[in-house]
Amino acid sequence: MSLSSLYIKEGRAINKAKGSLLVAESIPGIELSEIIDVQLGNGEVKRGQAIDIGKEAIIIQVFGGVSEVDLIDCKIRCKGETLKLPVSIDMMGRFFNGMGESIDGGPPIIPYDYLEINGEPMNPAARQPPSEFIETGISAIDGLNALVRGQKLPIFSGAGLPHNKIAAQIIRQATVKGEEERFALVFAAVGISYDEASFFMKDLENTGALERTVAFINTASDPVIERISTPRLALTAADYLAWEQGMDVLVILTDMTNYCEALRELSSMREEIPSRRGYPGYMYTDLATIYERAGRIMGKEGSITILPILTMPNDDITHPIPDLTGYITEGQIVLSRNLERKGIYLPIDVFLSLSRMMKEGIGPGKTREDHNNVFMQSYAAYSEGCNLREISTIIGAESLGERDKVYLSFADEFEKRFVSQGEFEKRRVEETLDIAWDLFSMLPEKELRLISEKFIDKYLPRGKSSSS
Amino acid sequence: MGKIWRVSGPLVIADEMKGSQVYEVVEIGKEGLVGEITGLDGDKAIIQAHEETLGLRVGDEVKGTGKILSVELGPGIVGSIYDGLQKSLLTLVEESGPFIKRGVKALALDRNKKWHFTPTVRDGDILGPGSIIGTVTETNIIEHKIMVPPGLKGTIRKIKGGDYTVDEPVASLEHESGVFEIKLKQEWPVRKPRPYRQRLAPAGLLTTGMRVMDYMFPLALGGKAAIPGGFGTGKTVALQQLAKWAQTHLNIYVGCGERGNEMSDVLYSFRQLKDPKTGELLQDKEIFIANTSNMPVVAREASIFVGITVAEYFRDMGYDVLLIADSTSRWAEAMREMGGRLEEMPGEEGFPAYLGSHLSSFYERSGMVECLGRPERNGSVTVIGSVSPPGADFSEPVTQNTLRIVDALYSLDVSLANKRHFPTINWLTSYSLYIDVVRNWWNDVYPEWADTRSAALKILQQEAELEEIVRLVGPEALPEGDKLLLLIARMLREDFLQQSAYHEIDAYCTPLKAGLMITAIMKFYDLAQEMLNSGMRVEEIRSSPMVYRITRMKDIPNELFEQKAKELWQEMEQELVADKGGTL
Repeated sequence: MSLSSLYIKEGRAINKAKGSLLVAESIPGIELSEIIDVQLGNGEVKRGQAIDIGKEAIIIQVFGGVSEVDLIDCKIRCKGETLKLPVSIDMMGRFFNGMGESIDGGPPIIPYDYLEINGEPMNPAARQPPSEFIETGISAIDGLNALVRGQKLPIFSGAGLPHNKIAAQIIRQATVKGEEERFALVFAAVGISYDEASFFMKDLENTGALERTVAFINTASDPVIERISTPRLALTAADYLAWEQGMDVLVILTDMTNYCEALRELSSMREEIPSRRGYPGYMYTDLATIYERAGRIMGKEGSITILPILTMPNDDITHPIPDLTGYITEGQIVLSRNLERKGIYLPIDVFLSLSRMMKEGIGPGKTREDHNNVFMQSYAAYSEGCNLREISTIIGAESLGERDKVYLSFADEFEKRFVSQGEFEKRRVEETLDIAWDLFSMLPEKELRLISEKFIDKYLPRGKSSSS
Repeated sequence: MGKIWRVSGPLVIADEMKGSQVYEVVEIGKEGLVGEITGLDGDKAIIQAHEETLGLRVGDEVKGTGKILSVELGPGIVGSIYDGLQKSLLTLVEESGPFIKRGVKALALDRNKKWHFTPTVRDGDILGPGSIIGTVTETNIIEHKIMVPPGLKGTIRKIKGGDYTVDEPVASLEHESGVFEIKLKQEWPVRKPRPYRQRLAPAGLLTTGMRVMDYMFPLALGGKAAIPGGFGTGKTVALQQLAKWAQTHLNIYVGCGERGNEMSDVLYSFRQLKDPKTGELLQDKEIFIANTSNMPVVAREASIFVGITVAEYFRDMGYDVLLIADSTSRWAEAMREMGGRLEEMPGEEGFPAYLGSHLSSFYERSGMVECLGRPERNGSVTVIGSVSPPGADFSEPVTQNTLRIVDALYSLDVSLANKRHFPTINWLTSYSLYIDVVRNWWNDVYPEWADTRSAALKILQQEAELEEIVRLVGPEALPEGDKLLLLIARMLREDFLQQSAYHEIDAYCTPLKAGLMITAIMKFYDLAQEMLNSGMRVEEIRSSPMVYRITRMKDIPNELFEQKAKELWQEMEQELVADKGGTL
């Protein structure tokens, strides 16, 4: 951040240095959350933030850790500013680090404004309920877990599952009917490996999306504390693009598990009382201040849609990270190791996945009139089939009745034809629904209880068997 | 007037604060951020700031207001949307745009709007506290009753009908030590329960329009209930259903630390939906308190108390009020966060040791009461709190402390949510201690309630036992009688307990319709047993047209249902006769 301001106050007496915290004698006039420069004995300057201020002492959190700090020669200087991000439309196509500094060697950004990185809470009375369908071209998402503008929908993944590929596919394919040019992407890499980060960058470059992207990169080797600021910087850039420039912004945050780990690390350094599994008690609120920045505003152009990616430790959905995330976000896309093992791409677990905003985003005028019925029926039939599959592993498929056998093969076909899809295959929502109808024709017509009769007449392919 | 001595997150410590009192509201810094004193230590005051403290400095001014945290009560409150400190959110939009800025003030009640006041007492009447002196038509549904504030009594003077703002006196009350001017507006501290003459036992059913609640696990007016459930179990949808359809006079919805988009969805839909009883817009009987998860944490703690105080005020008018708190876990987390900052000794999972007593001090403010003053009247506050247990594990402290207080539990089940069975209220683990309380109510509406209810619950219980066996031997290996039981249980689950919140007709089901629906299934069970005895197989019974008719019961409007149900029963009986005839 190249915010130049005069150093206004300086202090010398540092009493304690540990982890990333410094305890120093108070500096008169210091503000809470003010940015502090810590000058080492050798002249090097580290940046920090005042997180606790008192008459007798202040506590400073130092970005990048307190290595080489000594208690005699170090000086601290207040800058009279809180952490702000310089923003401008020229940020598009540029790369920044977890402090908001440009890292691509390009010319410096001429800021249009400096924005507070924590943002301000959106007034619930000013929010516009999200209702515009985003077509991702992926059947398991569009058909069963539709995403809408202004939603926050995370991907819950596990180590080794293809969440990056899926995210890249969504970035490539996501469109809202009839509107393309106001679209922007903000990408935040939080503590991921260099390889993963460059995978995304290459993919963005190949599809030409890079020029509409603002990227904030904090890789695994960068300072842990910057993982806390990276998603906030990304959302501040998104705030600017959405609310000042009227753009529809999709924010990808990956991997939020690293963010939470960083939060735990800092919390333990501050000697706070831990809650579950050592994570701080305020993790819910902290995550909420990030995710709740998604939304739409009444009477205002633009929107922020957030697609965070997190890896569930040990595939455990009850782990505090996915658990607290699930309480904040409007649904979740859960990846399944079982489907992955069966060789199905995209291995989306239909039962655990959910989009809370779906009902507002689908239907006549948005997708198609039969969408909701098709969704309910495919869900019910696939679930019936999966239950029977479980039973048949114990008693054998032969002992099942005729009706049950039909459901069993429905479930297999559903995975093969509906859930499964090519990495570069983009299906329009109508195609997705038609695949489902094609699969319904396997079932006896009177089993389609969740679909209203007029849709059955209109859409059910008759007189041909689906397997042909 | 004091000065800031230390700031850490929402915790502010100020010195030179001699003469302040605990829970006094203070204004902090040049922006005048709202804070509340939670403790005093010598001349230092420990303050929790209800707004973001970023940018405060040591030495900044802290001003005492001399008042403890209170709410404004008066006409204009119904239909409003407040934050956790009763600031009007709509005013905030006008004042500071779509984002909430710090230190911006917004009064709860409009000071300019005139309300028409109609007196119901005369000059010279001697009235005690809580007595009603007149009314204001606040919305198409709510008649706002103007009462003598608690603690006052005397002779009414200068009472006159007409148009008044909330600040203008409408009458004066002459008492021994002086004259008190009664205005449309009064104030009450949020942490202090409002007085009543006598506490009564809960009575009568709180009709919710949700079958699994009304019929299976009824909640009484003046009762208290908890809804715990993991994420994705439809907690918020269930609570919104209650806020929409519960047949009380007034509903208060406290969104405490929850999602902003959901809150806006609620606000939006309440401007369109109509109350089934009065036919008026739902927002005419709702008050919203929205403190979403990204708004300052400490105000969450206050929001629940703001809600319950407003509820008590309307109770005192003689109304039945429902307060919905979503979610009490976020409220408890706010307490945990403050406790941690104050370096209090933590109890379980870092929650403060007073978690249990704070929760009970909230839930205990529910109840049916005989109100103060004249005319004599009863009012009630029913409280429903949702709990968000981490990992859907009900053994955690908030759920466990809540269960010790509430008398009805609606436990939401993740596995039902994965099967898309909504509402996901698990019939095996939920309970209600109000069965005896509502028995009389049901006897008037549908006398078969008690019998059909226990019969249905028994079938569902047996189903759970049979499921274990099915998992081992498969459904085909069961005897025919058990297969039939499974079929009936499935009908009970799918055709009775399941109820879509988004279904045009089924979203609200009258108690009578619920009774007739379950009776239809039970009658079919009797019929099917006869068929079984006469040699039919369950496979054939399953494809009976009656089964299809029962699945479509949900689509029949409430008001036509009694007629249709009778037709259905008649047909069933005819079929039974025909069936017997066939086998003879």
